[in-house]
Amino acid sequence: MLLVVLLLLAGLPRFASLYNVVLVTSILMYIILTQSWVLFSGPTGYMSLATAAFFGVGIYTAAILGWKLPLPVVIVTAGLLSSLLALVVGALTLRLRGIYFIIFTLGLVELIKNVVLWHAIKFTGARGRFVVLVDNNTIYYLMLFILVVLLLTTYLIRRSRYGLAMRSIGEDEEAAAHVGVNVTMVKVITFAISASFMGAVGAIIATRWTYIDPYIAFKSLYSFMPVLMAIFGGMGQLYGPILGAAVFAYLEEVLITKFPYYYMLLFGVILLVTILYLPDGLVGLVQRLRRGGWARGQHANT
Amino acid sequence: MIVTILDVVIAGLLLGGLYALIAMGLSLQYGVARVLNISHGEFIMLGGMTTWTLFTVFGLNPLLSLVVCGPLAFLLGFIIHRTLFKRLLSSSASPGIFESNSMLASFGLLFIIQNLASIYWGPEIRAYSYLRFPISLAGALFGANRLVTLGVALVIGLAFYLFVARTRLGKAIRAAAQDPATAGLMGVNINTVLALCFGLGAALAAIAGVLISISYPVNTSMGMEYTIIAIIVVVLGGLGSIPGSFIGGFLLGVVGSIVIYIDPLLSLAAYYLIFIVLLLVRPTGIMGK
Repeated sequence: MLLVVLLLLAGLPRFASLYNVVLVTSILMYIILTQSWVLFSGPTGYMSLATAAFFGVGIYTAAILGWKLPLPVVIVTAGLLSSLLALVVGALTLRLRGIYFIIFTLGLVELIKNVVLWHAIKFTGARGRFVVLVDNNTIYYLMLFILVVLLLTTYLIRRSRYGLAMRSIGEDEEAAAHVGVNVTMVKVITFAISASFMGAVGAIIATRWTYIDPYIAFKSLYSFMPVLMAIFGGMGQLYGPILGAAVFAYLEEVLITKFPYYYMLLFGVILLVTILYLPDGLVGLVQRLRRGGWARGQHANT
Repeated sequence: MIVTILDVVIAGLLLGGLYALIAMGLSLQYGVARVLNISHGEFIMLGGMTTWTLFTVFGLNPLLSLVVCGPLAFLLGFIIHRTLFKRLLSSSASPGIFESNSMLASFGLLFIIQNLASIYWGPEIRAYSYLRFPISLAGALFGANRLVTLGVALVIGLAFYLFVARTRLGKAIRAAAQDPATAGLMGVNINTVLALCFGLGAALAAIAGVLISISYPVNTSMGMEYTIIAIIVVVLGGLGSIPGSFIGGFLLGVVGSIVIYIDPLLSLAAYYLIFIVLLLVRPTGIMGK
């Protein structure tokens, strides 16, 4: 099933219009951001709002190195730099629990944004930078390639002892430490792996934007989107976050240029409705409907 | 030199008064109602924008607009807690789950309020002129509007502190902050107290918004910056400590004004730096246990 979808996606530029290729590229980007967010935050339960920081580091890597180095090297460098940042940040902060970790990661994005802005105005005299252009099909295939690597990584981690260790942290961190899981190591390394994908995606998409500045690259919206997309899709299943990301990326593409405020308004409403009425997201809803109706199930119990 | 120092310190107190109000509001919402309200800044924005409209369209004195915006925001906050957060509280399995769920819900509120406001007011930066004449204070000149802002912030902040420290309702709020379950057993109507706290927090935010609009330009996307400042001050003062927020607000205001004196572009970065170091060194804050 997954293979068929991937094969179809691989052939897309042959039969689809340019507009559709660009649209699917955006959808792929959100799927990667969401799925790599879930890779760390899903099993461990640590809600990270640092996505925009790693994504932005990738974007800036492309803006600075893109003129001198070939694109694959730039993308790998972006991934490495993002994971390096994640290693440092993770080693410093992953002992913070719950709400403190969330606030910290939120603050991190703003800190980097302001420092980069300050540096840009002070030393280069301009707020933004131009990024080297790459044609749309190349961007599309790179995005697809990263997605395949990410899905493979997710699958392998889930099946390994390592994935089990992560889930045990999410359930009860102290118990996990007691049975011999190196809690800090597992958390920091997963955080770094997930960040490397965010950085790589940032480097790829930057080449489509041509001009960037700190407000574009480190927009905190990119931290919130993956969380919403994952929750909306439902984190219980592997395809839940993918579904959520696809729906939202499509909505954004259709609405944001014509009705930006209404799009963001809708974003907020869906977030509220999901939290209140769909605790397991779209996937949960589908499963509930498949079981033959929720109301009937309740009657049977009474 | 001394004039410069005085200049910076007084400017810091002016900022600090606003920060203190904003942080006390968030402290009530997070410390008592356990909602880390990311939409806090949007209530500030609503206060500021409404005041601008009332002033430019109806010529209403901004200080009178305090009396309009405060109670309206209280009502809005109260209703939001009664409908949204009460429901989340009963459906969440543990306090930890409620904390993350309610925070996400407040993100939803942020997007809803901010974009409704943007649809109504548009993205333009708005400012009006009220009490824009200088007053000399120990050799340094300050706008009368800023001094009024500081005065009102101080009066409201102190009144609010006395309300929590001295009144019967204040006692119920403190009891609910310490241990909601036991407070409920002792006869505190816990749902009403939590909604009250959320409403009061929203009212303080709106009042701060009114005051901000007297001294600074406002627009519909101003909220997030103030939310983050409020979070920093609340952590600085100790989560849930109202006097801590009050003192922390002035502390951050003075630090901010020193950094602004050195390089205005670095003020936000300096706040985050303080915040990050604080989280790592002393996450319980200056007044926390």
